[in-house]
Amino acid sequence: MNRLLVSPSPHIHTRTSTRSLMLDVVIALLPSVIVSILYYGWSAVEILASSVVFCVLLEYLITKYLLKRPCTVGDLSAVVTGIILALNLPPAAPWWVAMIGAVVAIGVAKMTFGGLGQNVFNPAITGRVFLLISFPAIMTTWDGAKGFIGGIDAVSGPTPLGIVKEGLMQGQTIDQIFAANDFSYFQMLFVNIGGSAGEISALAVIAGFIYMLARKVIRPYITLSILVTVAVFSGIFWLIDPSQYTDPLFNLLTGGVLLGSVFMATDYVTSPMSDKGGIIFGVGIGVITMLIRYFGAYPEGMSFAILIMNSTVPLINKFCKQKKYGRA
Amino acid sequence: MKKTFSIGGVHPDDKKISAGCAIEVLPTPKKVYISMAQHLGGPAKATVAAGDKVKTGQVIGEPTGFISAFVHSSVTGTVKSVGLRKDLAGIPVIHVEIDVEDDEWMDGIDTTDTIVREIPQDTKFILDRIRNNGVVGLGGATFPTNVKLCPPPDKKADILILNGAECEPYLTSDYRIMLEKSEQIVIGAALMKHVLGVERVVIGIEENKPEAIAKMKEAVASLAAGTAGYSGIEVMTLKKKYPQGGEKQLIDAVTHRQVKSMGLPIDVGVVVQNVATSLAVYEAVQKNKPLIDNTITVTGECFPKQSNLLVRVGTPLSYIVDWLGGIPETAAKAVSGGPMMGKAIANMDAATLKGTSSILFLTEEQTKRKPETNCIRCGKCAEACPMGLEPFLLNKLAKNRMYDELEENAVQDCIECGCCLYSCPANIPLLDIIRIAKGDVIRIIRSRTAPKK
Ligand code: SF4
Ligand code: SF4
Repeated sequence: MNRLLVSPSPHIHTRTSTRSLMLDVVIALLPSVIVSILYYGWSAVEILASSVVFCVLLEYLITKYLLKRPCTVGDLSAVVTGIILALNLPPAAPWWVAMIGAVVAIGVAKMTFGGLGQNVFNPAITGRVFLLISFPAIMTTWDGAKGFIGGIDAVSGPTPLGIVKEGLMQGQTIDQIFAANDFSYFQMLFVNIGGSAGEISALAVIAGFIYMLARKVIRPYITLSILVTVAVFSGIFWLIDPSQYTDPLFNLLTGGVLLGSVFMATDYVTSPMSDKGGIIFGVGIGVITMLIRYFGAYPEGMSFAILIMNSTVPLINKFCKQKKYGRA
Repeated sequence: MKKTFSIGGVHPDDKKISAGCAIEVLPTPKKVYISMAQHLGGPAKATVAAGDKVKTGQVIGEPTGFISAFVHSSVTGTVKSVGLRKDLAGIPVIHVEIDVEDDEWMDGIDTTDTIVREIPQDTKFILDRIRNNGVVGLGGATFPTNVKLCPPPDKKADILILNGAECEPYLTSDYRIMLEKSEQIVIGAALMKHVLGVERVVIGIEENKPEAIAKMKEAVASLAAGTAGYSGIEVMTLKKKYPQGGEKQLIDAVTHRQVKSMGLPIDVGVVVQNVATSLAVYEAVQKNKPLIDNTITVTGECFPKQSNLLVRVGTPLSYIVDWLGGIPETAAKAVSGGPMMGKAIANMDAATLKGTSSILFLTEEQTKRKPETNCIRCGKCAEACPMGLEPFLLNKLAKNRMYDELEENAVQDCIECGCCLYSCPANIPLLDIIRIAKGDVIRIIRSRTAPKK
């Protein structure tokens, strides 16, 4: 017998690791990845590949040469950031857009704060918002890329949200806009018309959500509170004036609401710890998103909403603590 | 709905691989080493010296102070020495070393198997027997049982909870005694119920032990039908969740009461005793038999023979393990107690204590800590903490020595269950650090509340 190990309890550990959690997120993202590749073809592959490669490479280079710390790419969080960033880009965007996004996401939003766990803002969204502000043209047009499934030729042009915003500004009513553009919810559920790679299929995102819940990667509160808030908020306005305000279902299915509420707002690092805090966080995101959509200059508000609420997380954590045993 | 505690908890794999092994009596070793520090409180004072002849069940150590306990010889033989010897953590403690001869029991001890069901009416008689026979809590804390059964006059218990949760993975000794000695356990409970003057006794058992639940229910029913003094005893099935057997958690699960921070169960009218303690109470009171043996689980996937053994107190661990075939090559760690809260054994030559419940062998793969990485703020530690604490925060505060904030965030409430460290995906040694901080903060609180001299 060799010498027995002596260390304090507990003597066993869960099999879940940071890496296994991130791997589960990657798996949950796969349906969305597959749909976007089927729908947008090689241009989706290109943008996904370049985004992931640049994110991982940057983290590797920064830990190795700048911070001179053990390399952390093995935890797969850079892969997750890469995929989410790519799903937030128009598939026809050139590869260097992904690269710039990666620099902002990993280089600025993540590593300057000290790497995984230290950042205040969600890296992928920071990257996206930076691109949205810097390259509005590229970021809001959906060039007709050739997909892999026959019969579907991607339409070029703005997203449904963009079309609605445009139409309303020209004085059209919602009904007219819908009729003119032939929107259907059925289509949105499966493959949407125009949208960044990750926004096109609600079902794919929902499948990922269910997977993450089943694997206990996330808890449902943040996502559900965002969705409920968006539905209630838009429901109220839509009931007041259906000719000027889009209805709840349209708001849930378009833009980044699903993708954002499932994959981006639930990011551990940049969301509150407690369930109570998560609900406040989610309601905040929902309200800000709808305010921007209805009254703001941008057609889409999810990314901004998440970033704004990210900055409130330390505060939320401070005030929303779990109930302690034996203390009133 | 099955009951459980309301905050936190984790579900480690059960691994009760020794559950099917009936209790075997381990042959008495050639030598035993009986520790004088087997209980919480002041160590006992040895009352024998080298050369003395002792009989099985004879007192060899006397209590020193109110919270202390008698220690008895578990064998018949000649005292070889009284002196320092290393315990399982390697710390020197006074032990009485005895060369073992053939068993000769002290007079007045009933060694037959006859079950004595009648409850003596004199509570003082019961308490004296418990005290004189050295009974201590066998659920982990080894607090002298007679003291726990005599709450201060301003506090009154209204319920006795018997802890049969055995929520730690691998451990099966409580399970086996519940199967094999169910009636004795219930009689022990009735004795304690009588002493405490409570109307209600709840025996809490987790749902993963259906046979034990059935057996205990049967014992309760048959005793209640035949003899006086057995009313108000019930078996409650609890959901499986660790740490159900934690005193505070069990109280919450059974009564929905919560003990205040730094308080005791009696503050909310509850006394908790382990099922093994109840068995010891039965033997002490009804058979006048001192606590000189106990059931120990020897287990682990890498260990060749799973077993539950009835072992005399003071038996060297190495003797038990060698009797079962020796320590396997692949074992990297031996633990006394469960894998969540047990202590790593540093010294295999150490002897068993009254409170030793198991020897568990773990392989390197099962037990090795992985390198620590960044906290990803996943909140899994907070979700797991049964006291509702925020381990990630306590960890950070402890590293910065922020004692006021640590106290505000209730580090002193930590029950050292290990749920936080167990759950952390970043392998942060949360409890290691929290444990130290808790000790420091409790010292600070004590020094503040202690009367100024
Ligand atoms: S060890 Fe302490 S801090 Fe950690 S989960 Fe248990 S009670 Fe909470
Ligand atoms: S479980 Fe570990 S990684 Fe998660 S919040 Fe707690 S300390 Fe951080």
